[in-house]
Amino acid sequence: MQTAISIRRAVKRYGPVTALQDVSMDIADNEFFTLLGPSGCGKTTLLRMLAGFEDVTEGEILLFGERIASLPPEKRPVNTVFQQYALFPHLTVLENVAFGLKMKGMGLAERNARAAKMLELVHLSGFADRKPAQLSGGQQQRVALARALAPQPKVLLLDEPLSALDLKLRQAMRVELKALQEETGITFIFVTHDQEEALAMSDRIAVMSAGRVQQIGTPREIYEAPVNRFVADFIGETNLIEVEVDSVSDGRATVTLPGGHRVVCAAATNSGGRHALSIRPERVALAADAPDLHATVERVIYLGTDLHLITRLDGGEPFALRLQNASRTALPDPGARIGLKLEEGAARLLAD
Amino acid sequence: MAGAAPIPETGGSDATYARLRRPLLAPTWAVIGTFLLLPVLLMVVYSFLTKEFRGGVIWDFTLAAYDQFFFDRGLFGDEPARIEWTYIMIFWRSIWQAGLATLFCLLIGFPTAWFIATRPETSRPVWLFLITIPYWVNLLIRTVSLRFILRDQGPMNDALIGMGLIDQPLALLNTNLAVQLGLFYSYLPFMVLPIYAAVERYNFALSEAAADLGANRWRTLVEVVLPVVRPGIVAGCILVFVPALGAFLAPDLLGGAKTFMIGSLIDEQFRGSQGNWPFGAAVSVILMTLVLIVLMIQARAATRAER
Amino acid sequence: MKGVRHYPGFLAITLLCLLVLYLPLTVVAVYSFNGSTSITSWGGFSLRWYADVFTGPEAARFGQAAWNSLTIAIIAATVSTVIATAAALAMIRGGRFRGKTASYALINLPLLVPEIVVAVASLIFFTTIGLTTGYLTILIAHITFCIPFAYLPIAARLSGIEGFYEQAARDLYASPWQAFRLILLPLLGPGILSGYLLAFIISLDDFIITNFVKGAGMETLPTAIFGSVKQGIKPNIMAISTLMLGVSVLFVSLSYLINRRGRPAR
Repeated sequence: MQTAISIRRAVKRYGPVTALQDVSMDIADNEFFTLLGPSGCGKTTLLRMLAGFEDVTEGEILLFGERIASLPPEKRPVNTVFQQYALFPHLTVLENVAFGLKMKGMGLAERNARAAKMLELVHLSGFADRKPAQLSGGQQQRVALARALAPQPKVLLLDEPLSALDLKLRQAMRVELKALQEETGITFIFVTHDQEEALAMSDRIAVMSAGRVQQIGTPREIYEAPVNRFVADFIGETNLIEVEVDSVSDGRATVTLPGGHRVVCAAATNSGGRHALSIRPERVALAADAPDLHATVERVIYLGTDLHLITRLDGGEPFALRLQNASRTALPDPGARIGLKLEEGAARLLAD
Repeated sequence: MAGAAPIPETGGSDATYARLRRPLLAPTWAVIGTFLLLPVLLMVVYSFLTKEFRGGVIWDFTLAAYDQFFFDRGLFGDEPARIEWTYIMIFWRSIWQAGLATLFCLLIGFPTAWFIATRPETSRPVWLFLITIPYWVNLLIRTVSLRFILRDQGPMNDALIGMGLIDQPLALLNTNLAVQLGLFYSYLPFMVLPIYAAVERYNFALSEAAADLGANRWRTLVEVVLPVVRPGIVAGCILVFVPALGAFLAPDLLGGAKTFMIGSLIDEQFRGSQGNWPFGAAVSVILMTLVLIVLMIQARAATRAER
Repeated sequence: MKGVRHYPGFLAITLLCLLVLYLPLTVVAVYSFNGSTSITSWGGFSLRWYADVFTGPEAARFGQAAWNSLTIAIIAATVSTVIATAAALAMIRGGRFRGKTASYALINLPLLVPEIVVAVASLIFFTTIGLTTGYLTILIAHITFCIPFAYLPIAARLSGIEGFYEQAARDLYASPWQAFRLILLPLLGPGILSGYLLAFIISLDDFIITNFVKGAGMETLPTAIFGSVKQGIKPNIMAISTLMLGVSVLFVSLSYLINRRGRPAR
């Protein structure tokens, strides 16, 4: 598969502050690629560097093999959907969508026809003559999408485009965005701090923190095989327990759990000593016989589809588990001592 | 902005304009620099020159103008120096009149600004519009109107006689009262507008919190509202006090010899052969210094409030 | 129990405030329609003083003064608005730079220095460089002190326009100049118009500075009115005043309507 964007050792500094440190990644053509991280992690800076709003302090950005780092935004065949949409308030919806085509020198009739088609694509055909202020947030967001897609960019950049919408609309837009990406075949680079959003839409995700890329992988890899503490903790919920490594080799480790039980698990590190062990709360079952861990129940939270148990291990560490609310079998009461059994592959030894 | 590393000046800085800022600012520097900054500096130089009779200067440096302002050395300048009170009194009167006008403007202006800012959003622009109209009307015309009303045979005296309050017309013109009224009337809108802007941004939940904690509305006003909207009040006071201090029209058209203020004193020094340009320049320098001190105190207070 | 917004007596004070502001203007406007030659007695409704303004003995003098005022105001407002717009772009969009504080102080200098001091300084300057006081010196002085008045609404508007509009335009293949002309300028338009109107009115209004730098024989409307008033208020002055009042009201209404229509969408 062809590489759409290749970022090579990019560094961004604002005076003494380093916003991005040595970031490298390749994004394939036709991919839905997400930059995920908490605020301040550098993901928006990276996106703005791709768009041309921030210059690159060091490193190189290639777009289908061409160096673009020194090009101004208007010379780059990429378009952006802005977080606040940035629809031109003095232009109509149609004029907004046609703006990029006009700048490219397309004639009035042709660009209006094309813009109308784009509006059709985002289901806003009847709104061509309105001003942006007359649209709802969700409609404005679609116009912003249509506007950015109209010039047929090689790559579409989306800067937290769903963050201003309410939950229901956000969930609906996820499906639509993904469908739109498949329909148009354009590479999408999507910035978000919402991990659920990232997991739901992306082909691959780059998890970022403190100006560095922590891990790049498919949603499944990121969730099930996090490489370090940050990724395991940031994506989904997890229990992190400090354990002693007995032996480690070839990505498998034998560790001693609190309470003395030994288990074999996947390892993202090759060094011994003490490391964090990540155990997802939904991969643990209650077990009367031969449990791996012993805990005392502190609180039972009823969540409808799930039951959330907050417990404390015998060693004193807090430990959460999620059980499906399928059977009416006996629920432990607060104060009860329970045995826990790790599912196959539930535990993963992390690098720091 | 979520996810933003320290992007300087969000929504602001733009490389294009950053590159062009020199040519963009050049006209401003050229015009204000040449036709105001330079003249003000030249005026300071003039205040140290020797006066020429028939108006004008001789380029001999002297402190004569400042000496004339502060000291009295007799008619021929050979007596021992005594403090000259004439000009200091004119300054004192100006400060007093401007201060009083500021106080009256505040007493009327604050409630007005508050009242307007608490109207529903639909009627607020109308009230604001009513306040801004006089602000846009020529100051000279407003002062002339006041002079017309306050004349001996003017509508004000007619009304007072008509109501039976007096039977002889009062001499209202050429009094300190008339000048005070003129200053108050001239600069009242300057007080209302900045306070309005501050009250409009005021979070009324603060007042509700104060009420909830047992303060009545007047206590709330003093303890919570006034401190919070203080920047607006200070701005309004400066906007009234500074122009009132150097006012020319109100004292000239509504006052007389006994109500002489700085503006008239300066004006007189540049009229015809009676003039004394270095002295006029010196009085201007002293006035400007006074204003700069007021502005510096305000700027100091403003930065301290920000911390 | 009324809400925390209510303070008893504030309505009365507001009405008093409006009375104080409007009473003198109203009285003059009413008396301008006085048919009597005396300003003291009421001689019935008449437009004779308005006729006098345009055809009476002083018509030529006031006509010339009005023409000077108008042309100076138009030129001064135009030039100062262009200068102020450029300055606002550098100050608001130019990021941080050395000399920004100094530039800011300079722009506001005409507001910080008392008017009478500006007048004195200008007179001294023009005399020293040997420029004969007259139309040109009035114009130069007006352009100078109009800059901050034009700057204020333009800068306020500009800082309210988010930078992402221009970024979006650039992203959609607009050159920096196209982004300015097609996006920023239309959005900034109401601010520029407000600045222009404010500068225009301020120029039209000015008396003190004009009086110092006008030279002999040159009059603007305010200096001509002032000269007349010094000899006593005649009915034709009230008619002129009322006409100028009308112009001011017209302008403030215009600027009000423009500002209301031109609010940005978000």
